[in-house]
Amino acid sequence: MALYVLKRLLAAIPTLLLVAASVFFLMRLIPGDPALLVLGDAATPEAIADLRASMGLDRTLPVQFALWLSQLLGGDLGFSITSGEAVGPLILDRFGVTAAIVLAAVAIAVLLAVPAGMLAAWKQGSWGDIAAVSLATLLLSIPSFWLGLILLLVFGLKLGWVPVVGYVTFAENPWAALHYILLPIATLALVEIGVLIRMARASTIEVLRLDYIAHARAKGVPESRVLLRHAFPNAFAPTLTLVGLVLGNLLGGIAVIETVFTLPGLGRLLVDAIFARDYPVIQGVMLFIALVYVSVNLAVDLLYPVFDPRVAAE
Amino acid sequence: MSVLEVAALRIAAGMREVVRDLSFTVAEGETLALVGESGSGKSATARAVIGLLPPGLRQSGGRIAFAGQGLSALSPARLRALRGPGMGMVFQEPMTSLNPAQRIGAQMEEGLALHRTLDARSRRQACIAMLERVGITDPERRLQAFPHEFSGGMRQRIMLASVMLLRPRLLIADEPTTALDTLTQAEVLSLMKELAREQGSAILLITHDLGLVARHADRALVMQAGQAVEEGAAAPLLAAPRQPYTQALVAALPRRGPSRALPQAAPLIEARDLSVAYPGRGGWFRRAAPMQAVQGVSLSIHPGEVVALVGGSGSGKTTLGRAMLRLLPASGGSLLFRGQDVTASTGPALLDFRLACQIVFQDPYSSLDPRMRVRDIVAEPLRLPAGMPIPERQRRAEAMLAEVGLGGLGDRYPHALSGGQRQRVAIARALVRNPAFVVADEAVSALDATVRKQVIALLRDQQRKRGFACLFVTHDLGVVEEIADRVVVMQSGRIVEEGPRDQVLDAPAHDYTRALLDASLRLPATA
Amino acid sequence: MMRLRLNLVIGGTLMGAVLALAVLALAWTPYDPTRTNLRRRLRPPSADYWLGTDEFGRDVASRLMAGAVTSLGVAAATVLVALAIGIAIGLASGFLRGWVDRVLGAVNDTLLAFPGILLALGLLAVIGPSRSGIVLALGLAYAPTVARVVRGSVLSIREREFVEASRALGNSEAYTLLRHVLPHTAAPVTVLATSLFGWVILSESALSFLGLGVPPPAATWGNMLASARPFMQEAPLLSIAPGALIAICLLGANLLGDALRDLLDPRDGA
Repeated sequence: MALYVLKRLLAAIPTLLLVAASVFFLMRLIPGDPALLVLGDAATPEAIADLRASMGLDRTLPVQFALWLSQLLGGDLGFSITSGEAVGPLILDRFGVTAAIVLAAVAIAVLLAVPAGMLAAWKQGSWGDIAAVSLATLLLSIPSFWLGLILLLVFGLKLGWVPVVGYVTFAENPWAALHYILLPIATLALVEIGVLIRMARASTIEVLRLDYIAHARAKGVPESRVLLRHAFPNAFAPTLTLVGLVLGNLLGGIAVIETVFTLPGLGRLLVDAIFARDYPVIQGVMLFIALVYVSVNLAVDLLYPVFDPRVAAE
Repeated sequence: MSVLEVAALRIAAGMREVVRDLSFTVAEGETLALVGESGSGKSATARAVIGLLPPGLRQSGGRIAFAGQGLSALSPARLRALRGPGMGMVFQEPMTSLNPAQRIGAQMEEGLALHRTLDARSRRQACIAMLERVGITDPERRLQAFPHEFSGGMRQRIMLASVMLLRPRLLIADEPTTALDTLTQAEVLSLMKELAREQGSAILLITHDLGLVARHADRALVMQAGQAVEEGAAAPLLAAPRQPYTQALVAALPRRGPSRALPQAAPLIEARDLSVAYPGRGGWFRRAAPMQAVQGVSLSIHPGEVVALVGGSGSGKTTLGRAMLRLLPASGGSLLFRGQDVTASTGPALLDFRLACQIVFQDPYSSLDPRMRVRDIVAEPLRLPAGMPIPERQRRAEAMLAEVGLGGLGDRYPHALSGGQRQRVAIARALVRNPAFVVADEAVSALDATVRKQVIALLRDQQRKRGFACLFVTHDLGVVEEIADRVVVMQSGRIVEEGPRDQVLDAPAHDYTRALLDASLRLPATA
Repeated sequence: MMRLRLNLVIGGTLMGAVLALAVLALAWTPYDPTRTNLRRRLRPPSADYWLGTDEFGRDVASRLMAGAVTSLGVAAATVLVALAIGIAIGLASGFLRGWVDRVLGAVNDTLLAFPGILLALGLLAVIGPSRSGIVLALGLAYAPTVARVVRGSVLSIREREFVEASRALGNSEAYTLLRHVLPHTAAPVTVLATSLFGWVILSESALSFLGLGVPPPAATWGNMLASARPFMQEAPLLSIAPGALIAICLLGANLLGDALRDLLDPRDGA
């Protein structure tokens, strides 16, 4: 078991290094001179040369990468070209909203969708099952940003239950803050419920046809216990992997939701930086999200043996 | 009084009936075997008895009574109370019949907790005693283990322990040892019989294997296509079957073929001190030691000779068969074909070797490309050596198909053929290029008895006609009786005994060979 | 079986309808989708303007039709790019194994470490928003998924005995790969391509919504949604209609994907 944990942890390191390298070199492909971007067209050649030297742009690419990597390990992500702020603290500052929305949405989606999918599998072919599958397919097909707009239209503009624009942090006013993030959470949860219902249902159907389910029934185990003790724990393991993917999916798509609901999160930061060609920020946010995603998947991998003891043995 | 009474049972899959009008009884303490080939409806019957028909099947008529009580009249709760202490069931596939996420102890205790009023300590004691009884060493510690930590045979013992712990009056055993290797099979079955005798349980044994019926059943009921064909006491029924189908089943049991005297000749293919190792799995810290599947084996096969390579699972027999065709690389020793060293040959030399050798695989479902028509499958070998025009290849493929009894079926795809027909296609593909040497890897093991008999006959006729040398890899000594000139026995990667068929089968020299022979279930009449 | 047929019929009808709309738009739209008329801003639906007009007085129905051309065109091109790259990588790493597999696998794992459209966002930052930029960015972003599926199916097929049988016949590796392995990846790739088509339409409209997609004045469903946002209260149909079309496309692709999987995957049949 300890060996399994260690193996997984070590296996993540090369992936993270490669992620860092690909982000770094991707950003170097951006056309135009970063120093020129900072100083503007009116700058003197001397000023540009000075800035290039201080930014390390006069060194060779591998040297630049090594320098950048060593700064990165010290937690230094550089400074924003547009605002001059340090990128690290900027990201952490914006991450709060994003994390709150994504985690709440995943939690709600898992709590609703996984039991629904498993029950649908148990009653495979019943009306309830057909309804669950149809609902899941429908939810899967609704674009999150559109769903967000519609919810905003109904609950914000028509009913006036929630504010339409703006954001208040939890520190300022928790009750008001909740109103601002309620709809984003609902939107994301609804969209992911579709994926999760289908996955939970499919893996439960797989498990229910196996002999150990028949074996449990042949021992006279009551149906509720067959499901809770024998079917669901085994069906949950593959679903757990998907929860990691869903979390990543949400992180990747968060920019759109934050745009719809005008929330000052990480996704919005990234999109604004792309418009401003603020490459230290783009680079920082991409790295950060990839790091979070890899960590989440690592956590899923480490949790997996709890539900499927065969994995750790391999 | 009878424990189980089945009257006019009908089971339907949609509109089709898979069991029709089946009636039988099982008396207290007796063993009744339901015998039949695939599709006979025997497994569906077993599932119906315990009320666990898989989705898609339903009981469409008839009555099942346990100890005089009709099951359909019982409430779900009463039925559950019956399952376990009333009737228990052992499944075929030990790899999937235990919950992989639960410790052995918890799974065994579950039934006791449901059906007996015992405290946790006595439950644990009972589990330990039962594990010990089925031959699991260190039972106390093993209660904490997960199923994946055991071999298939061990799992089947644990399964048996968990069922017999509740002392069922009727034990339903659905092909309980089919997935196990010959030696383990015999041990698990004897154990099952002993436990049943000790506890006075009756057994409903579902099997396709007449040898098993002869050895373990009191009475037998032969089923074909959902109907009872013949019923009676096991020994007389097998000794003098009255119905044609039963007669065909009995006739399909292996009979020893005549011994042949082969002319002396130089070896066609020869393995000299051949070793095959599977590389250990790479890790971050170390590479596991390579697994030696075949360890320094020397074996020569002469032109026109049929050699049976026998052994249990893990003996290395399949690996040796593949290595002799250079489908697996040798890690040591050499391979000679017609006197030429082909151990490491490449390019044209390897192609020459490949052109002269062929293989027939065990599983006809996976050895034929499902996207190709049967004619194209059989014509494909004729691409090489290059030069034969396509119409000629097609013509020869048709002729070959006709020769294996599949004339006119060239346009079919493999999925439109039965298992036996597919294996005939595989044989046609192997023989169409007239090879000098053929490896048959468990080539008939996946087939029903009557079909197996026909396919063996086909292989033997073709061998006599074409005169290729054949290495027949098998765990089944019955096949050896039918077809082999010489027998080679392997255990743990080494050859432990080798000699003419009659000598090895009648006077085995090695303990392992004797154990294999004892475990192989042959009818008393033919043994 | 009934569900399969239902999926096929509904999915096929939805996709067919959107496709027909796009083909029609190539030949004819009620009005020029890019012509503005500020005197006719934000009109409600009428006999002249079936779905009303937008904030620049452009006909919404015409813009939706033109948007179908853009979205379906971009999606088709993107799927082709993703398939071409993904299949090549997947085949190579699945069949050659060894160091090729390890290197390609590491690259693939790296790209898959960027969740969702994040990689596409990063690529767009480099390439800049344009039609071909979107195709390239999304194509590259989805190629690793294709590669993983192809590699997985190659790995499982090469273990099947008919591949070994082909080798035993003396057939070359290249022949075996092309004749016996490649055709069997067709089923999973077809299923994936169908789903991919839906995902790309979704991603493209998300990027256009963010202003990083196909630049205006060309109409796409995503940028129509974005520009309709400030007028949500006065003209809700402006927001509802493009989103509904995206949803119809996605639903069609999802249902078709399900139907194809049931049809091509013999797991339950045989």
